[in-house]
Amino acid sequence: MTPFDFDFLCKLLKERSGLVLTHEKEYLVENRLMPVVRRVGCATIAELIQRLKAPAADALKVEVTEAMMINESFFFRDKNPFDQFRDTILPELIEKRSKRRRIRLWSAAASSGQEPYSLAMMVASFSRLADWQIDIVATDISNEVLEKARAGIYSQFEVQRGLPIQMLMQHFEQVGEQWRISDKVRKMVQFRQHNLLTDLSVLGMFDVVFCRNVLIYFDQATKVDALERIRRQLAPDGYLILGAAETVVGLSDVFAPVPDKRGLYRPKPKPLAVAAVKPGAAGARVA
Amino acid sequence: MKRCLIIDDSSVIRKVARRILEGFGFAIVEASDGRQALDACRKDMPEAILLDWNMPVMDGYEFLRALRSMPGGDKPKVVFCTTENDLAHIARAMHAGADEYIMKPFDKEIVQAKFQEVGLL
Repeated sequence: MTPFDFDFLCKLLKERSGLVLTHEKEYLVENRLMPVVRRVGCATIAELIQRLKAPAADALKVEVTEAMMINESFFFRDKNPFDQFRDTILPELIEKRSKRRRIRLWSAAASSGQEPYSLAMMVASFSRLADWQIDIVATDISNEVLEKARAGIYSQFEVQRGLPIQMLMQHFEQVGEQWRISDKVRKMVQFRQHNLLTDLSVLGMFDVVFCRNVLIYFDQATKVDALERIRRQLAPDGYLILGAAETVVGLSDVFAPVPDKRGLYRPKPKPLAVAAVKPGAAGARVA
Repeated sequence: MKRCLIIDDSSVIRKVARRILEGFGFAIVEASDGRQALDACRKDMPEAILLDWNMPVMDGYEFLRALRSMPGGDKPKVVFCTTENDLAHIARAMHAGADEYIMKPFDKEIVQAKFQEVGLL
C-alpha cells in the first residue's frame, strides 16, 4: 500500500467513525481488509482503495469502515464495572427512581452484544426491578456485528470468556455446538445502528452510559466532542462508565471521576449562567 | 503458594493445564484418575482442582461426590474441564458440588476467567 493510499484510508476512517489509524497499525489494515478485497472481486488492497475513490462508493465505504472497527467483546468484560453496576449504581438508582420506576441504560459500543446482554442478565437478577421499565439501548456503528448481537447466538469459546457457568445455565439454551441467549434476556435489549459521532439526542436520555474501550481509538478532539455529547444525554445524577485504559482526567471538564470507583464518572453540575439570574428575582440570593 | 491438583487421564491435557496454571503461580500435583486423585487429597488437600469427567478406574463425577463427602473435601474449588459439553452434564456436575465448568477445548484466557470467577486468582 502506498503512503497516499494509507493516508486516504486514515482520512476516510476518521471521518466515518472517528477511528484514528497510525502507521504501526498497517498490519491491521491487511488483516481486516483482505476479506473485503476478495468479496468485492478486487485483486489487491490498492485496487480496493481505487474503487473507494470513485464517486458512487458509499456502500463500499460503509463496508470498509465496518471491517476496520474493533469488535472484540466478551461477557462481563473486566468484571469490575459490572460489580460496580450491581453493587453501587443499581441500588442507588432503585432508590432515586422509585417513583418513576424506569431506568434507561445505554451500551454505546455494543459490538456483538455481550455487554448489553451482561447488563440485562444482571438486571434480571434484581427481583425488585421485576415490575420496572428497564430500557437497555445498545448501539454500534457496524450493522454486521449488530446482526450477530440481535441473533444472540454465541460459540462455546465466547460463552466461556467471563460468563459464570450458573448464568450460562440460567440464561442460555444449547443449539448444536452453539449457545443461544434466552428470549427473555434478548427482548430486554434494543439494538440500534448508530454512529457516536452523529446526533445522539435521537436516543433519548439515560441514567447510565457504558462507553468502554471506544474513546481510546479517537484523537483528542474527537474524545472531547464525544464526551460532551454523551454528557447531554445523561441524567445529572447518572453515571458514565469508561474502559480500564480510559479516563476523562485532563481531557474534559464535563465529567468527574467517582472517588474510589475506578472507571466511574459523574456529570459535573453545569455552572449557573450569571446573566440568567436577575437581582431580586424569585430564587435569587441578594447579599 | 496455592496448590492445584490436575486430574486427567490424558498426559497431553495435564501438560497443557500445568503450563497454564504454573503461569498463574500454582504448585501443581497431577493424577490420571479419580482414585489416584482421592489418595492425593487425603495426603494433602489442595486449594484448587481441575477435573476431567471421563477417566478409567474412577471418573470425575464419582471423584467429586467422594471428595465432597470426605473431611476437608468441601474446601477445594473444583473446576470441571471436560468434553461433556451439554447442559445436562453441566447441571449434574454443579449439583454434585463443582464450582465452575470449562468445556474443552479451552485456552489460557478461559482458565483464567473461570479461576477468577471462583476466587482462585
